[in-house]
This record gives sequence, C-alpha cells and structure tokens, in this order.
Amino acid sequence: MVLFAFLLLFGATMLAYFVNRRAALSMRAGGARLHSLESFHGLFAALSVLVPVFVGILFWLVLEGAVVDLFMLRGLPAGTFDGLDSGASQLIVAEIKSIAGGRVFGTPEAWKIEAAERLVRYHRIADWLLVALVAITAAILLWVARRSVVEQFRARQGAERIVLGLMIFCATVAIFVTIGIVFALTFETIKFFQIVPITEFLFGTSWEPQIPIREDQVAAEGAFGAIPVFLGTIVISAVALFVAVPVGLMTAIYLNEFAPQRVRKSVKPVLEILAGVPTVVYGFFAVLTVAPAIRQFAASIGVDVAPNTALAAGGVMGIMLIPFISSFADDALSAVPRSLRDGALALGATRGEMMLNVLFPAAIPGIVGGVLLAVSRAIGETMIVVMAAGLIAKMTINPLDSVTAVTVQIVTLLIGDTAFDNPKTLSAFALGMMLFLATLIINIFALRIVRKYREIYD
Amino acid sequence: MYDVPHGRNEVAVTDVKITARNVQVYYGDTHAIKDVNVEIESNTVTAFIGPSGCGKSTFLRCINRMNDTIDICRVEGDIRIDGDDIYDKRVDPVQLRAKVGMVFQKPNPFPKSIYDNVAYGPKIHGMARNKAELDDIVERALRRGAIWDEVKDRLQSPGTGLSGGQQQRLCIARAVATEPEVLLMDEPCSALDPIATAQVEELIDELRQNYAVVIVTHSMQQAARVSQKTAFFHLGNLVEYDDTTKIFTNPEDSRTESYITGRIG
Ligand SMILES: Nc1ncnc2c1ncn2[C@@H]1O[C@H](COP(=O)(O)OP(=O)(O)OP(=O)(O)O)[C@@H](O)[C@H]1O
Ligand SMILES: [Mg+2]
Repeated sequence: MVLFAFLLLFGATMLAYFVNRRAALSMRAGGARLHSLESFHGLFAALSVLVPVFVGILFWLVLEGAVVDLFMLRGLPAGTFDGLDSGASQLIVAEIKSIAGGRVFGTPEAWKIEAAERLVRYHRIADWLLVALVAITAAILLWVARRSVVEQFRARQGAERIVLGLMIFCATVAIFVTIGIVFALTFETIKFFQIVPITEFLFGTSWEPQIPIREDQVAAEGAFGAIPVFLGTIVISAVALFVAVPVGLMTAIYLNEFAPQRVRKSVKPVLEILAGVPTVVYGFFAVLTVAPAIRQFAASIGVDVAPNTALAAGGVMGIMLIPFISSFADDALSAVPRSLRDGALALGATRGEMMLNVLFPAAIPGIVGGVLLAVSRAIGETMIVVMAAGLIAKMTINPLDSVTAVTVQIVTLLIGDTAFDNPKTLSAFALGMMLFLATLIINIFALRIVRKYREIYD
Repeated sequence: MYDVPHGRNEVAVTDVKITARNVQVYYGDTHAIKDVNVEIESNTVTAFIGPSGCGKSTFLRCINRMNDTIDICRVEGDIRIDGDDIYDKRVDPVQLRAKVGMVFQKPNPFPKSIYDNVAYGPKIHGMARNKAELDDIVERALRRGAIWDEVKDRLQSPGTGLSGGQQQRLCIARAVATEPEVLLMDEPCSALDPIATAQVEELIDELRQNYAVVIVTHSMQQAARVSQKTAFFHLGNLVEYDDTTKIFTNPEDSRTESYITGRIG
C-alpha cells in the first residue's frame, strides 16, 4: 500500500514535469517570450509536487504506528491496565501486535484477538487514507503548478531555490544526527553520573564494572575509575603510532622521491590493499602470530610477558595505520608544486636536502592531518584490541603487560544480559562520551595546526 | 633597428666558458633540440630568443643538468664548462648546479622566511662559518637582487607573502647568493613591471663582471638592451648565433630577420 502511494507520487511527479514542459513549449511556439526555459518549468512543477508530498508521506509513516496504537488501546475493555506497571502493559501491547502480525503463541484471550483484529483494520484504513491523501494533494499541487506557467514566471529561480533547500537539508542531516547522538550520549552519561560520582569516574584508578544483575548473584560491588581504561587506550595508541608514523612517513618519502617508477607502481597498490584488509584479520594476525612471537622472544631473553600484550595489539594496529599515513603523506608531498623542487635542486641541493628542507615543510599540513586522523582511528579501533589486548583494566604503562581499551570495555559492557538502568551498562555511555570528546579535541587540534601552517605557506 | 642605450653591447675580449657540441635532446620521441653547437663566453650576457616551444628552456636546462629530473628526457652530445664535460659520469650534478645557478620563469620562493630563502643555498654548501657571515651573504645577495630596501625590515616574514615581482627578485637574490660562475635565467622578467625589469637588467649587466649570464627572453628590446651575444632558436635548431648588434641590425638568416621584425613567431 505504501509502495502504491510512492508509485502514485512518482507518477504525479513525472506528469507534472511533462505537462508543464509541454505547456511552456506550446506557449513559446505561440510566440510568447518566456522568462525561463521549458525544462525549468517542468522541473519546478515536478519538484513542487514531489517535495511536499514526499515529506508528508514520511511524516505519516512516522506517526501512523503511534496513532493507530492509540486508537486500538482506547477500544480495549476498561480497566485492562489497572494495577499493572509499565513493563507489564508494554508486554500486553506487544502480544496484541504479534497476534496482529500472525504470530500466535498459545491461546490468547478473546479480547486480545479482538484488539488485534481492530489493529489490522485500522492499519488498512490508514493505508487507504494515505493513498487517498497523496492522490488529492498531488492533484492539487499539479493544478497549482500548471497554473504557474505564464510568461513572466521565474521557474528557473524557483527550481533553483527548491534544489538549494534540498541541498541545505542534506547538509544538515549529518549535523543533526550527530547532535542527536551526542544528546543520547549525554543523557545516559548524566544518568550514570547520578549513580557513580563523576570524580570517581575521572580520577578513580580501579575499573571493575562487574556488579550483580540479580539480587541473588554473588559479585563485587563494582568500581568505575576510568583512568586504567584510558591508560590502556593511550598505551596501545602510542605503540601503534610509534610503529606507523616513522614507517609511514619513510614509505611516503621513498615512494614519492626516491623509488623508481616501477617500484612505485607496484608498492602503491599493495599499500592500498593493506588499507582494505578488515581489522578482524589484523586481529587474527596479532593473536596468532605476533603475540606468540613476542612471548617467545621475551622468554628467550628471560622475560616473562603476558599472552595478551599492548605491544602486540599496538604493533599490529600500527601496521594497519601505515598505509593510512603513507598515502596521506604521499598525497601531501605530491601536492607540493614542481617548481619548488626544481628551485631547490637548481640551487645545488641534493634530493635528500630538498626533501627535508623544502618538500617536507611545505607538506606538513597534509601530513599532520593524516597523522591525527590515524590517532583518531587508533583510539577508536576496537577489533584488534578486543582480540589481542585483553579485558582486564590494569593501571600500567608497560606495553608488555596486558591492558584493555575504552572501546573494548564498551563492547564487553553492552554484550549479553543488560538492563539500561544499572551502572554497568550506563558506564559504557560515559566511556563513549569521553571517547567522543577525546577525538573531538584531537580533530579541533588537527584543524588548528593545519590552518596555522596554511597561513604560513600559502 | 633597436636603440642601444648604455653601450652595453660592446663585446670585450673574453674566454669561452661553455662549449656545446652536437647537442640533441629528446623528450621520449620528441626531438626537442637538434644538433646545437654554441660557445658561450664568460663575462658576457648571452640571450636566447626564438618562438615559443623552440627549445630555449630545454637547452638552458641542459647546462645545469636540470633535465636529469625529467624521466623521459634524454640528452646527447657534449657540453663542457671550462673544458670539463658536465655529462661525464664522474660529475656530480649537485655540485654542478651549485656552480651554475638558475632563475625560473615563474617565481618559486620556498615556503620559508625571506632570510631563509636566500640563506638556503649558502647553508647547504657550507659557505658561511657563522651567523654574522651568513647575514652578510644574505644582505649582499638581496642588494644585488635589487630588493634589499623593500625587505630589510621584514626578513623573517614569509617569502611567499611578497608580490610577484618581489618574489622574482628574491629568487634572483637566492640564485646569486651561492656565488655561481654561470647564471641561467629563463624569462626572469616576465612577471616584473618596467621599473623592476630595469633593475634586474641593471643587475644582469653587473653580474656580467664576474659571471657568464644566459638569459631567455621573449622581449627583443630586452635582448638588445642587455646582451652582447644572441642566439636565435627555431624549431629546435640554433639558427643563428652572433654578436647582438649584428643579429639585430644585419642578420644572416632570413628566419632570424623575419622573427626579429615580427613576421614569424
Ligand atoms: N617535460 C617535457 N616533456 C615533454 N616534452 C617537453 C617537456 N618540456 C618541453 N617539451 C617539449 O620540448 C619542446 C621545447 O620546449 P621548451 O620548453 O624548451 O620551449 P621554449 O622555447 O622554452 O618555449 P617558451 O618560450 O614557450 O618557454 C616543446 O615542443 C615542448 O613541447
Ligand atoms: Mg621556456
């Protein structure tokens, strides 16, 4: 039914386009000097039918469920929900809905079946209403649009304004979604801080979120000091960057300036493939290859290390980030104008001097951008860390120890039996909020650095 | 045909600085320079003229081996500076370029301060033992580039912040700061106003005291004003090479005559 409404709208849109175009054409054929070309008349008509009706349908679809439910509930026998808490009444509504959907469990009471039948009926009525409304409004809009085809009508400006509006809408969607996410995060975070004091979260040094979820369960009370978790993220990211930044930059410099054409042509695609490997594969690599290798090596020199180490996770994450940094740096270096390279060479600079003194400084903004993006990725990377780093939060900066990361904790906190009103679950939102703030600050920082260098070098 | 303002065109008795024999340059399959023979003298300004695309820049870039940086470019023949083959295997192009300076058609200051732009060459060649000496070199170079007065109060501001003409003079200062023996200039005045052009021409004439200067120019007047020798290129050939006065008053080849009188180009 909804599909039919959309088809109807589509048909009306096409009709609007061709009708108005024809009308404009025939006016021109009749010798009138139109302000806008006929295709703009068509476009304007099509858009002025399409956009309002489309938005209307979307609103309808969003609201339909709630309104129909309301009608259905009003028809229930009086006193159905008396003495029930919100959970139990939701359960009843859910049962009625699943009966309406054809999934009947056991033998429900007669009033529930009756309510389900009414629900189905209301939905059918709503659907027909939708189609009828679409047909009527589309017809009205078609008629209005057709009347607009006159000599002086500025259809081009009109169409451009509508398109502009659409573009602004699309541009703001992302922003609004982000704002929505932040709101949700903030909301849950505040709830969390009502249970656990913010000072404990920010300055506590012990992270043990295991709390009893049933009264009869035996478990510790739970501790929510986030410092060890963040420390873990920092250690792993630091290891990753320690690997990725030098290797990535060297790769970029070599490929950009010193590599023969042949090497460049074969290495670049390989790097791009490396960038496309799913992180879960890197995780395998970390767990099955790198971690045992580190352990074995450490054992051979008489050091005992944990099976899960920050070094393994960070090192593999660093490998993952190499193509990221090298391709950013390579682009930045390639963007430096050839005239600068020639200028340095003509002064008798070697290629190394030219790279170090001229190309590299000129490419700094792009390189910094790439590195900071890599930092963001390292902080947000989950899979490798889940697989290779460990789950227990330790207050350590030793990369040979097993640590955990913010993202890992969020995953483990939200997996399995969860209720959204205990501190264990809510703490995931607090961690998420902190992660969000951290990447936000890094990105602001990145933008400022980039802008500062732009000012100097432009 | 062209007036000769300062009597700069008199040819002094000089030594040959650069000798080119049977030089061929190819860009892939394009034959850009065809069998060019020329002798460029020291203490002389030599002008390369000719229509666009005839190979002036290409030939100029052979003299400091800048063509090495172009992958598809191949140079054949024999070019000698002071009798030494510059394409010899043992010659280090980096050292050669320190000796043969170049100024490009488009100003290309480094994204560094004015001071660092000029100090870059002397620094990488270890020409100054201390800061004071470096300061000295920079000031002298900027004065010779006829830009000192304009920038002396803002040596630390970025070179890219100067106007196009100032940038070009900065690039000239940068090139002379390394004290080259030969200075190659590829249309150095194409971005300059008449006043700055006059200053640069003054500078070129002055540089002639110590160096061999080769200048590519599209301005006949400029060639006539500043050079003692002129080479006319056409379609990759060196058509005529002679004293500037001779080329501009009594050219031997009909193509030269047509070009300088504006009939081909
Ligand atoms: N990098 C290059 N790759 C391929 N061909 C080139 C390259 N540079 C120059 N050429 C070719 O070589 C020929 C000579 O070019 P060159 O730049 O030397 O001309 P020019 O005399 O300096 O011209 P203009 O006065 O316009 O600067 C031209 O046909 C040009 O297309
Ligand atoms: Mg040229």
